Amino acid sequence: MQSQQPQSTQEITQHVHQWLSENWDAEADLVQWRTLLAESGWGAAHWPEDYFGRGLSVEVSAAIEDVFADFGAVGTAQTGVRMLAAATLLEHGNHEQKRQYLRRILTGEDHWCQLFSEPGSGSDLAGATTRADLDGDEYIINGQKVWNTSAHHAHYGLLIARTDWDEAKHKGLSYFILDMHQPGVEVRQLSQMNGHASFNEVFFTDARIPRENLISTAGNGWQVAMTTLAHERRSFDRSRENKRVKQKGRIFVELKKELDISNEPYTWYPQRAGRVDLVMQRAEETGAINDPVQRQEIARLHILSESAKWTAQRAKAAQKAGKPQGPEGSLGKLAASEIARLAARVHTNISANDALLTGPTSVHDGVVAEILVSVPAVSIAGGTDEIQRNIVAERVLGLPKEPRFDEGPFRNVQRNSAAKDTSK
Amino acid sequence: MAFIFTEDQEQFRDSVSRFLKDKSSTVDVRRLMATAQGFDSMVWQQLSQQLGMTGVHMPEELGGAGFGPVEMAIVCEEMGKSLYCGPYFASAVCAANALRIAGDELQQETLLPEIISGEKIACLAVTEDRGIWTDEVFSTAATFSSTATRTDNGHLLNGRKRFVVDACNADTLIVVANDDQDFGFFVVDAAAQGVSITALDSMDPTRKLADVEFTDSPAQRLNNSKPEQLRLLVDIASTALANEMVGGAQTLLDSALSYTQLRFQFGRSIASFQAIKHRLADLLLELELAKSAAYQAAQTLADNALWSTNDQTADIDKVTEHASLAKAAASEVYLHAALECIQMHGGIGFTWENDTHLWFKRAKSSEVFLGSPAEHRERMLTALCAQSTDLRNSA
Ligand SMILES: Cc1cc2nc3c(=O)[nH]c(=O)nc-3n(C[C@H](O)[C@H](O)[C@H](O)COP(=O)(O)OP(=O)(O)OC[C@H]3O[C@@H](n4cnc5c(N)ncnc54)[C@H](O)[C@@H]3O)c2cc1C
Repeated sequence: MQSQQPQSTQEITQHVHQWLSENWDAEADLVQWRTLLAESGWGAAHWPEDYFGRGLSVEVSAAIEDVFADFGAVGTAQTGVRMLAAATLLEHGNHEQKRQYLRRILTGEDHWCQLFSEPGSGSDLAGATTRADLDGDEYIINGQKVWNTSAHHAHYGLLIARTDWDEAKHKGLSYFILDMHQPGVEVRQLSQMNGHASFNEVFFTDARIPRENLISTAGNGWQVAMTTLAHERRSFDRSRENKRVKQKGRIFVELKKELDISNEPYTWYPQRAGRVDLVMQRAEETGAINDPVQRQEIARLHILSESAKWTAQRAKAAQKAGKPQGPEGSLGKLAASEIARLAARVHTNISANDALLTGPTSVHDGVVAEILVSVPAVSIAGGTDEIQRNIVAERVLGLPKEPRFDEGPFRNVQRNSAAKDTSK
Repeated sequence: MAFIFTEDQEQFRDSVSRFLKDKSSTVDVRRLMATAQGFDSMVWQQLSQQLGMTGVHMPEELGGAGFGPVEMAIVCEEMGKSLYCGPYFASAVCAANALRIAGDELQQETLLPEIISGEKIACLAVTEDRGIWTDEVFSTAATFSSTATRTDNGHLLNGRKRFVVDACNADTLIVVANDDQDFGFFVVDAAAQGVSITALDSMDPTRKLADVEFTDSPAQRLNNSKPEQLRLLVDIASTALANEMVGGAQTLLDSALSYTQLRFQFGRSIASFQAIKHRLADLLLELELAKSAAYQAAQTLADNALWSTNDQTADIDKVTEHASLAKAAASEVYLHAALECIQMHGGIGFTWENDTHLWFKRAKSSEVFLGSPAEHRERMLTALCAQSTDLRNSA
C-alpha cells in the first residue's frame, strides 16, 4: 500500500466508491470477495494498516460502510463474537496471531465463541477453575464452561483457564485461542426459557492448545479478558438487524447462508431488548392508546428510552470532543435493562390475553410473547445488573470496594462445593 | 448544545456557579427563607447587572445578552443546585418570555429593559382556584374566570389568581384573563388600583407564593396575545424548571454520597453496604437520564426559534413533547433523590438542622408546580401522538 497524504472523509469515500465500481461483482465468490476487501484495507478501514485496515478513524470507517451500503456491495463479516475476538487480538495478540486469525474473521469463514463463564464462576469470572497445564509445547485443557453463545457454530473459542493455582485469583489465569473442532471438546446446546437454544455448555477432556495460541503472557489472562468485556459492554445495544438479503447474484446466495448461521443464535435479541419500537403500533392496534392508565405507562417508557438515547449521545459527543468519559457511558447497560423490563410490562398490558399466544395465529407471529420470555436475559448476560451497579458505584461514584474473601493463593479460596474440584 | 456544551457555555456556567456558591450558601438560604421578601436585593442586583443572568436569553437591543434557552437553562440548573432564593424564575423566565411572545414591539421596548436589568421584577399569573396549568394547553377555549373588560383607554381586570410565584415582590404582573373574544395576556402594575396581593404560607419557604385579587384594576393588553401562546409559555417554564430540578437533585446526590462515606456503622462506612451503594448507582442513572432530558428540552426550544418569531418551520409538538418529558423525568428524580438522601442520613436527616429538608421541600413544590409528573406524561404523549398523526397525514 502506498503511503498517502491525509485526505478528507469526502475524498476517501469518493475513492472507495471508485474502487467499488472497479472491483465489485455480485457474481463473485463471497469468501474471495471478502479476501479482496481484507487485502485492500477497505473492509475494516479503522484497523491498522498492517492488519487488513487503513488506520483510519472509526467515524471515517463508518462513512465507508455507508458507501458500501449505498452501493449495494457486501462488506466484511463484522458481526457477533468474532468481533470481540478481533478487538482482543488487535489489542493483545502478537504479529503471527493477528496475521493468522484476523483475515478469516473479516471473510466470515470462522465463527467464534466466548468461553468465560463456568458452572462455579459467572459474575466472579476470575474464579474460573478450568485448568490449562503446560505439557511440552502444548497446554492440556480440562474442565467445563457454560452459557457460551454460538459455541455450536464456532471454529474457535476465546478461553480463560487457570495456569497457576498458587497465585492469587486474578493472577493465575491465562487467555487462549482454542480450536473447537478437536476430540477433547464437546459442545452441548442448552434450551432456554424462551425456547431458543443459543447458548451451550462446553466440556474439555484433555483438549489441546498449541503454546503459540496463548494470547499475551501466562498469568495475564485477566487483563486480556477485560478488553473483551469492555467491548462486549460497549456493543450491548448495537442492534443486530437481520439484513434482508434481496439483491440478486451468487454472492448474495452465499451471504444469506452465512448470515443464517451467524444470526441464528440472535433472532430473539431484539425481543430481549423489549421492542420499544413496537409499542405505539400495538397501542393503536388494541386501542390502549385511548386508555388513561395505559397512557401513563407508555409515556414512562417513552421518557426512559428517549432519555437513555440522549444520554448515550451525550457520552458519544463528550468522547468525540476528547473529554474524559463522564458517567453516562457506564450507565448504558443498566438503562437497557430497565427499558427492557418496563417494555415487557407495557407490552403485557397493551396486548393482555393476546400477549400469551405464540405461533402463527398469534399477533405479530408470537413476537409479544417472545418479548416477555426473552427480557429476563438482558439483566444477566454480559454481567448482571448487580455487578453493573457495583461497577458504577465503585468506579464512577468512588464508593468503597466490596469486602474481599478471596485473597491469597487461589488454591485456598472457598469455592462452590457443587463445582467439580479440578485444582488437584 | 448538540449533546455537549460549548466552551463558552461551560465558562458561563462556571461563573454563575462561583457566584452562587458565594452568595447563596445554605446559611443565606435559611436566612432569606425566613423573611417575607425571601431574597437579597443586593445579590439580585449583582446577578442581573454584573453577571447579566436575568437577560442572558433576551435580545441585545433590549439590554440582554442575546443568547437563548440553553443559557437560560444553565442559570436555572445552577440556581437549583444552590437553592437560590429570588425571583429569577418568575421574572426572567416566566414574565420576560411572556412579554417577548405576546407583546408588540413597542410594549417590549417599554417593559422589557427594566426587567432585563433587574430593576423591575415581574411575575406571571395564570392559575386560579383549581391551580391547573396543563389542561389549558391544548384547548384554546377560555377556561379562566378572570375577565378583562375593554374601556376607552385599556382594560379593567377582575378576578382572582392563585399560587402566583413571587407576586409579593413584583412591580409588574402579567395576567391571563378572558376578554371579549378569548383569553389573552394583560399587564398590570402591582401598585395599581384594585390590586390586592396576599402572601400564602407555603410548605416550601424558598419559593414565595401569593394570591392576587383584581377589582376593576387598569390593565394593558399585550397586543400580540394569542391563546396558544400559553402552551409555549408552559413549555418554556417547564423546561426551565426541569433544569432547576436536575440541579437540585445533583446537590442531593452529592450530599448522600459524602455523608454515606463518612458515616461508619458495623465497623465500615455505610456506603460500603450494597443496599446503599446500589441505590446510589440507580440514583445516578436516573439523574443522568433526567439531565439529558432537561438539556434536550432546552435545545429543542432553541432549535425551534419559537422564542422570538412565528417561525413556520417550528415544531411546537416536539417542543411540548420534550418540555413535558423533561418536567416529568426531573420531578420524579428530584423527589426520589430527596427521599433517598433523607433515608441515607438516618435520624439526622429528619431534623430541621440538617439541610436536606430544604431541598426536599423545593422538590415537592417543584413536583406540583406547573403540573404533576402524571399530567406532564399525558401532555407529552398527546404531543407525541400529534406528531405521528402529522407524519401519517403528510405521507
Ligand atoms: C443469554 C445469555 C448469553 C450468555 N452468553 C455468554 C457467553 O457467550 N459466554 C460466556 O462466557 N458467558 C455467557 N453468559 C453468562 C453470563 O455472563 C453469566 O450468566 C453472568 O455473568 C452471571 O453469572 P452466573 O450465571 O454464574 O450467576 P451468578 O454469578 O451466580 O449470579 C447469581 C445472582 O447473584 C448476584 N451476584 C453475584 N455476585 C454478586 C455481587 N458481588 N454482588 C451482588 N450480587 C451478586 C447476581 O447479580 C445474580 O443475580 C450468557 C448469559 C446469558 C443469560
